[in-house]
Formats: sequence, structure tokens, C-alpha cells
Amino acid sequence: MGAWAIAVHGGAGVDPNLPKERQEEAKRLLTRCLDIGISALRSNLPAIDVVELVVRELETDPLFNSGRGSALTEKGTVEMEASIMDGPKRRCGAVSGLTTVKNPVSLARLVMEKSPHSYLAFSGAEEFAKKQGVEMVDNEYFITEDNVGMLKLAKEANSILFDYRIPAVGTCGAGAAMDSPLQMNGLPISVYAPETVGCVVVDKQGRCAAATSTGGLMNKMSGRIGDSPLIGSGTYASELCGVSCTGEGEAIIRSTLAREVSAVMEYKGLNLHESVDYVIKNRLDEGKAGLIAVSKDGEVACGFNTTGMFRGCATEDGFMEVGVW
Amino acid sequence: MGWAISVHGGAGDIPLSLPPEKRLPREAGLRRCLDVGIAALKAHNHPLDVVELVVRELENNPHFNAGKGSVLTTSGTVEMEACIMDGKTMKCGAVSGVSTVVNAISLARLVMDKTPHIYLAFDGAEAFAREQGLETVEMSHFITPENIERLKQAQEADRVQLDYTQPIQKEVPKDAALADGDSQIGTVGCVAVDNEGNLATATSTGGIVNKMVGRIGDTPIIGAGTYANHLCAVSATGRGEAIIRGTIARDVAAVMEFKGLSLKEAAAYVIDQVPRGNAGLVAVSSTGEVAMPFNTTGMFRACATEDGYSEIAIWDSPTK
Repeated sequence: MGAWAIAVHGGAGVDPNLPKERQEEAKRLLTRCLDIGISALRSNLPAIDVVELVVRELETDPLFNSGRGSALTEKGTVEMEASIMDGPKRRCGAVSGLTTVKNPVSLARLVMEKSPHSYLAFSGAEEFAKKQGVEMVDNEYFITEDNVGMLKLAKEANSILFDYRIPAVGTCGAGAAMDSPLQMNGLPISVYAPETVGCVVVDKQGRCAAATSTGGLMNKMSGRIGDSPLIGSGTYASELCGVSCTGEGEAIIRSTLAREVSAVMEYKGLNLHESVDYVIKNRLDEGKAGLIAVSKDGEVACGFNTTGMFRGCATEDGFMEVGVW
Repeated sequence: MGWAISVHGGAGDIPLSLPPEKRLPREAGLRRCLDVGIAALKAHNHPLDVVELVVRELENNPHFNAGKGSVLTTSGTVEMEACIMDGKTMKCGAVSGVSTVVNAISLARLVMDKTPHIYLAFDGAEAFAREQGLETVEMSHFITPENIERLKQAQEADRVQLDYTQPIQKEVPKDAALADGDSQIGTVGCVAVDNEGNLATATSTGGIVNKMVGRIGDTPIIGAGTYANHLCAVSATGRGEAIIRGTIARDVAAVMEFKGLSLKEAAAYVIDQVPRGNAGLVAVSSTGEVAMPFNTTGMFRACATEDGYSEIAIWDSPTK
């Protein structure tokens, strides 16, 4: 009988000037989610149930960019996506373009278990949700004042672009030690912080699972799909490990980041920590991202090349850590 | 080195007894598309342009499951998806849920070239297509009598599968053996490399017959149905759910890189990992090798290399 391990994240790429209270709020949420997961693991719930449970909690809390509190599309609406994967048989489920489903990760799970497919999106996904009787709400439910303000800032920041990547210009709010402001996806970090959420778990039976959920990129084109619902990019789980990624969606897709961790373990024989390091160091090029991962042997690891990543992890032997930087 | 190109028109349970009226038009289609690709490569077009061109031809051909000739959703509609990737820059573009755009692969290319995103779907993709002035038509343009018939048969076979709230075994081929023995699993794709080692891949499909509205398959998922990097370019076909789980296209390159296998060995290895009857792929490497393995009954395919070799086949061939 192995040992369990769990990790959660609330996004890679944090504004160095983020007010202390926000950081504390985030840490409290991550701690609460870890506790929920740990409790579930101690009750012998399988990994796949634990990741869903924890991500539901993250979706319901308006703090991070998933479910309630999701980033807004250019139209000011919310379009959510999520995916979940069960290591043992590599079963998976994913959803995109959700506008009224309260917990996208649970719909992704239903796609995996109750549909003949792996991925449903937009109106087809909403239809399926209705038939499955999941909790549905108005799109307004997901929209927070914070994000309405952020969308406005993002649109202003974008209006000076001729190309979607802003040339490095000094703006206030950047870390004192930096020459150019921190940017992700072409926007200053104070305006855009990914804050996708995810959870990876290995249970006592050595089964790994992973789940990721997000509202996506602030000010995204309606219909834009990022890495979170893409198996192999934002989420992956196999017999060896479970991985959930966050950061610049396009960079994560291009590098098939989540799959990479497992592939490096499988084909190069590296252990979890080495694989995570290798992948973050070698696969992202100019992309900015982070990930959390667990292995079937009860290890947990996280890696990021961004400034900060909201994360927490815990292992059966009593180790627990929540961090931002 | 030297250029190389490979094209597929779908892997599946293609019966050996496929009647000539179903076989010949597809072989002719593959031949024509191969020739279009070869001419483009000889004229020094970039592989990205070559694969887009060839896939456009396949989309326009009603005998393949992409563009015109796409299989139908359970509602009798068409929802197409496509994906394109450049091996050198690793730039990529994908679209899903496209119902009025004549060439989904060209829309995917525009997503790659003209937006900061990689993947657009459904209404958003359609709106973008119109913004970009791409050719759009009524959805009926894509629907063929054969596909209306296929849907009817699939729905009859499905009659016992009434309730989506029951657990479903995804591996069981619900739609395999139909009255006319015609394969349901299709997709089209093209991979190409020029004599400088520039690689590109493109895949396009209508999906699987009788799919749920909103169902996305492997084709637009980078690493599953489509992938290219500096080592190789891959386009896969078969049962989407199996290809996604197996991250097939990505794994070919990963196995070459991490295990040092040749393209043929890596491609065969990856297909072997997938349960029988579920997948096939075409791939080319930066050094001009070609591989076209499949574990289904057959795969409509063709390839050519600069040294003059070319092949068009459906079932096992001695030089697979």
C-alpha cells in the first residue's frame, strides 16, 4: 500500500505587487482545499473523486479564475472549460464553452463517464448538462465586480497594441528590480494573471488523477479554447503520474506540457522531480507557465518559470506547504 | 534528405470487399491530392502551404469525411474541425464546430496566423471566419446522400443505446459493421517535409457519424491527432477517444527523441500501444522518411518521396 499525496494550484504568474491581503486570502483558500482533499484521501476516496471534489471547491470560490470569478471574454461574458483524467486507464473528459454550468469539472467527469465521447463543447455541452441534471445558473452568477474592472483594464492595455504583444514599456506597478514590466500573454501582470485552478492526487492505491478548470484568458475572443481542457496540454494522468498546468495557454499547448512530464518519466526514466524540472526548463522556450504533479509513489512536485504560482501540497507523512513565491 | 509527403483519407474497418464504386473515387482522390502536393513541393512551396493546399483538396472531395462529405451529428448537422502545425516554429491553429466554412483547414491556418490564440470553436470560429472574409456557404453544401444514409443506419443500430446516463464502454465499435460495410471512421490529413527539413502537418474531419452535437475529437487537439516539431510531422486518424488518451501524434516525436528510434520504428511503436482497430497515422521526418502504420483493417493513404518512390494503398501493403 503506497502513500497518498495531493497538490492544488490557483495559477502561475503572480503580480509581485499583489496586496498582502490578497496573498493571504489565496493561501487560506488553498489551505482549505488541501484540507478537503486530505480528508477525502483519509476516507479512502479514490484519486479521481478527490480531484473533482477539490476543483469544485476552487470553482465555487470566486477568488481564482474558474467557475465563479472566471475571467471575462471580450463580450463581458463567461465561457468556462475544464478537463479531468484518471491515470489507471487514462480515461478522460473535457468541456469548453460553458456558460451556465455551475461546476465545469463535474460536467467534464460526466462526459468521461456518461457519454460515448471525451470532449463536449458549447451548446452541445450545455444540452448534455441539462440532460444530466447538473446544477445550472445564469451566466451573471459567474461574473464578479473585480473581473468587470479587470476586463476594462485589459481592453485599455490592448488598445495601444498594433500586435498582440506589447513592446516592453515601463509602467508603474512593475517590480522595482525589473527593467521591463512583467507580462503574460502580452498583458501586464497587474492586469492579467492566469489563475487557472487545478488539483492532482495520488491515492493510497497508487492511482493518479488530475483536473484543471478555468475561465480562460481575460478579454479572449468568444470561442477561444485554451490549454485547460486539452488532454496532454493542461491536464494529463497516467499510471505514472498526474499533472495540471497553468500559465500562458498557447505556450502550454505548443509544448504539450502535461503529457511531457509523463513522457519524460516513461521514456527517459527520470523521477517526478527531475521530469518536472526538465520540462519547465527545456520545453517552454519563451512561454511562461507552471505545473503541479504527483507520482504513483506518493511524491509531489511543482515547477514554474513564472514569478510565483499559487500552490499547496501535502503528503501522507504529514508534510504540508502552501506558497505564492 | 529530400522532400517527402504523405496523405491519408481515414483509417477504419474498411472491408476488403469494398465495391469498386466506393474504392475507385477515393483512390483517384488520393492520387490527385498526392500529385497536387508533389507539384507544390517541387515548386519549393513551404510545407505549411503544401499541407494546407492538399487538405483543402481533400475537404472539397465529397468521398472523404472532411469538408464536403463530412459525416453528420446526431441532429443531422455538420460540425467540422481542423488543425495545422508548423514543425519549426511550433506555431499551430485549430478550429472546431465549423458548419459553414468551405475549408476548415484554412480557417485553422488563419487562427494560427492572424490571432494570438491557437484554437477557436463554434460561434466564435464562425464569426472569425466571416471577419476574415473566408468562403462560407449553407451547411447543406457539405451534406451528401451517403452521409444521410450512414446517419440513419447508425441511429438504427444505436436504438438499443437509448439513455446516455448509463455508463458506456468507449472502445466498443458501435458503428463498425453496417449494411454496406463502409467505414465510418474517417479524417483526412497531410504531412510534408521539404529538402531543408521544414515540417508541417494538417488534419481535417467531420468527426464520427451520429456524434453528439458539440463533440470534439482528436483532430484539433495538438498532440493527439496532429503534431509537428523539428523531428517529424504527424497526422492521425481513427477513434478519437483512443487517440486523445494515447496522445498519439506527440508520442511519435517523443519516442524518436527519447528512445532514439527511427520514424518508422517510433510510428509503429506508438500505433502498437493503441488497442487494435482504433488508429492509424501518417508521418514524415526531417530527413525525408515516411511512415504510414495502422492497426485497423485499412487506411486510405498515399505517399511520395523525392527519390521517385510513391505508393497509394488501402489495406496492408508489402512495404508498409
